[in-house]
Amino acid sequence: MPTRTVTPDVEIGAATALVVAPGEVTTGRARGLPLRREGPAKLTGAAKYADDLVFPGAWYGATIRSTEARARLVAIEPDPMLDWSKVVLVTAADIPGENVVSGIQDDQPVLVPIGGEIRHHAEPLALIAAPDKATLRRMKAAVRVVTEPLAPVLDPEASDHVFAHYDISTGDLQAGFAEAHIVLEGEYRVGHQEQLYIEGQAMIAVPGEAGELAVHGSLQCPYYVHRGLMRSLGLTAKQARVVQAETGGAFGGKEEYPTVIGIHAALLAAKAGRPVRMIYDRHEDISATTKRHPAIVRHRTGVTRDGRLVAQDIEVIMDGGAYCTLTPVVLSRGALHAGGPYRCPNVRIRARATRTNTPPNGAFRGFGAPQTEFAAETQMNRLAEQLGMSPAEIRARNVYAIGDTTPTGQVLQESVAGEEVLRLAVEGSGFERIRDETALERGTRLGSGALPAGPLLTGQDRVAYGVGLALAWHGAGFTGSGEVHLASVASIELTSDARIRVLIASTEMGQGTKTIFPMLVSAELGVPIDAVEVAPQDTAEVPDSGPTVASRTAMVVGGLCIEAARRLKATVAEGSGGRAFAEAYREVAAARGPIRIDQHFEPSPNVTFDDETYRGDAYPAFGWAAAVASVEVDLDTAEVTVREVLAVDDVGKVIHPILCEGQVEGGTLQAVGYATIEEIKLRDGRYLNDRLATYLIPTALDAPSIRTVLVEAPFSGAPHGAKGVGELPMDVGAPAVVAAIADAVGVWITDLPASPERILAAMAGTAPSPAPWPKEDPDAGRRAAA
Amino acid sequence: MSGFRFLVNGAPAEVEAAGSRRLLDVLREDLGLTGTKEGCGEGECGACSVLLDGQVVDACLVPICQVEGRIVRTVEGLSLAARERGGLDALQEAFLDTGGAQCGICTPGMLMAARAYLDGGGTSDDGSIREAIAGNLCRCTGYTKIIEAIALVAGPAA
Repeated sequence: MPTRTVTPDVEIGAATALVVAPGEVTTGRARGLPLRREGPAKLTGAAKYADDLVFPGAWYGATIRSTEARARLVAIEPDPMLDWSKVVLVTAADIPGENVVSGIQDDQPVLVPIGGEIRHHAEPLALIAAPDKATLRRMKAAVRVVTEPLAPVLDPEASDHVFAHYDISTGDLQAGFAEAHIVLEGEYRVGHQEQLYIEGQAMIAVPGEAGELAVHGSLQCPYYVHRGLMRSLGLTAKQARVVQAETGGAFGGKEEYPTVIGIHAALLAAKAGRPVRMIYDRHEDISATTKRHPAIVRHRTGVTRDGRLVAQDIEVIMDGGAYCTLTPVVLSRGALHAGGPYRCPNVRIRARATRTNTPPNGAFRGFGAPQTEFAAETQMNRLAEQLGMSPAEIRARNVYAIGDTTPTGQVLQESVAGEEVLRLAVEGSGFERIRDETALERGTRLGSGALPAGPLLTGQDRVAYGVGLALAWHGAGFTGSGEVHLASVASIELTSDARIRVLIASTEMGQGTKTIFPMLVSAELGVPIDAVEVAPQDTAEVPDSGPTVASRTAMVVGGLCIEAARRLKATVAEGSGGRAFAEAYREVAAARGPIRIDQHFEPSPNVTFDDETYRGDAYPAFGWAAAVASVEVDLDTAEVTVREVLAVDDVGKVIHPILCEGQVEGGTLQAVGYATIEEIKLRDGRYLNDRLATYLIPTALDAPSIRTVLVEAPFSGAPHGAKGVGELPMDVGAPAVVAAIADAVGVWITDLPASPERILAAMAGTAPSPAPWPKEDPDAGRRAAA
Repeated sequence: MSGFRFLVNGAPAEVEAAGSRRLLDVLREDLGLTGTKEGCGEGECGACSVLLDGQVVDACLVPICQVEGRIVRTVEGLSLAARERGGLDALQEAFLDTGGAQCGICTPGMLMAARAYLDGGGTSDDGSIREAIAGNLCRCTGYTKIIEAIALVAGPAA
């Protein structure tokens, strides 16, 4: 198997003086690897995030939102006693172009028009800008919104508006269940998760002299915002310009919502004739912007006595929220990963996403897969328990190997490392040994593992220890024919003054884009890394290399850059009589003038997918991940402390071990938060805990010790073999933690997060945990309006 | 409005402001020191951590009237001495080496919390470092490499 394991302490060359930005030299240890290129700016406070940018004469903008989950907008009435000439008010009537937020479906308005339907409690109705924040606050409060309440739909299962549905099926389900010795049913529920980038959403629009508009902001996808501006402001491609500021985290949360804010800021700026800043505070950010989709996943699984999967019947329901946004694609990834990384001859996966009167849900690291893989892995662990088999053994018997066929009919031809990551995780953590110890401890402590009804336990027995395992696959790059539709372009330019510039719209948001692209290109050209620049992510300068999503940047755009570099090298070789690039490029540039190579994405001829039938190669390759989590559960409070996670991730090719580990560590902690503490509570379609004081994410004290092992099973469709890393760790963390909790206290938590309330209820065998959304309440709208 | 005088990164500063104006706004808007970030505005995330007379505070919770006559240190002041040599201070270097900064938005506050910990004689003990930065949220790193960076600079654990 052509797989290589990269241990964390690998030696890569001697540490030398490394140039981190043109003209700026820093001596670094960094295991001899290039230092993060924009690191010094971030570490000295010099890096400019959106809110740090100064535009003289800029006004402050704000959004007037609905406070009802569903209603008809009757009127927007500025207080007639006040002077409105000193501020700018924008309603739907002021939109020069289309009143739609450009997306998959055109269902979301930029602002709800008079007479239109308000579909969630934070929906934008009007915009206001003022010269200072005090005036803005005062005047915003003086805008009265008149509505007629409508009954909201809050239960995704009861909703009759379906955004998307997919049916994937293979084999003969009935025959499969007939062959099974054990049939296990399970229902799993996961709620919203907030991305919680530490820098809130922020966009600043700057009008030009001749009708053009530039938007600077915190964002993942410059060309998504660009398209939104063109459509809603009625601008040409040249008139609209989008510039990424330094971006303080995104995780999917800045994939689509910046389009909304960018259009809002641009509308205000166009009307005010001056720059307008739209900077969301944390409360507005949590209450209005997209979250991870809540989901209900039902499994019915047939397995033989020796642990072989013979039938999987899976139903997935996702709550899309009020508008479509990216829901069909999120659901698609969720459905395609719903069976887990296991061969099974008879499978039916039915998935649908529906509309509810809650704020729209959208992209968040993992994009539908963490929801369905939590369900699949917990189901697998429960099957192992029923069979009296080790969780490692049942996985080893079913995990995909080369030559296996997935439920869409995709034959896995290469780069399959499920067995490898499983073995490394199990061996590296001492999983079986710890499991024996915890089983012994559980037996001597409580017998059945139930909470004792008697007095508080003392001493060692106050805490129960557990260990849990999970395994996952994650489709690399866009789903299905997504990359074909994107038709990405990445360019490399050799300027006449011999600068080598990488031109891509792929954004740096902490993951290391600005460091790995110079690494890839300089390695290909044989020049020092500091000879390669990355052009700013400015639509006026760079081509559309596609959105920075789906862990596709290193794999797809990185591949394009390598191909472009090869062509540039060949061009220089031709112009210099075959001399090495590093020796010749300066002369060739001076003699020939600038050379620009545009590299277009070309689909691999062996990868085909039919969007209609859902048959074929869902992804060109898959990444593989395993995690082993160790937890302590306090037997009095049911508080969970995750002590340690061993994360083993196959990324195809490790470009920069430190950055790559950083992705695994960060994703692992987000998954631990998802498993244990992160929860949005709703009432009448409104998020109740929409502040950082009430929506909790893990602190350094909550974070486990995370150990990362990187595995390389290269993908031949990318010149460097990379398959992406960002989302992989998000799929395995939560089910591993929940399995560890079950190992500690003997109960399965099927609704995330595994909060103390849910664990205590499960241990006491009392009331089931409440659903993440309340039952239908026809009076909710009326009450909210009262 | 009244005048407030204090030291910022070793230099005297004087601002005219309402006494209730947040130190965070004075730093960012009045003095142009945008290295200090706002993450939540209610003292939960620690992105705006600065040192006030050597103690870590959330600049979003400190009214400027409480800063009169006191000493403020921000991320811009960390490398003042080092910058004369054209580089970063030891803590910043350690963050750069270990990969302790990803998106970078929590980094200034994290550095200030770490600086206070180190100035107070903090050691490389994992639990003590976690305690010291528990008021500073990071969503990118899982804290692993931040702790590694601080431990690199700290003295050995007792």
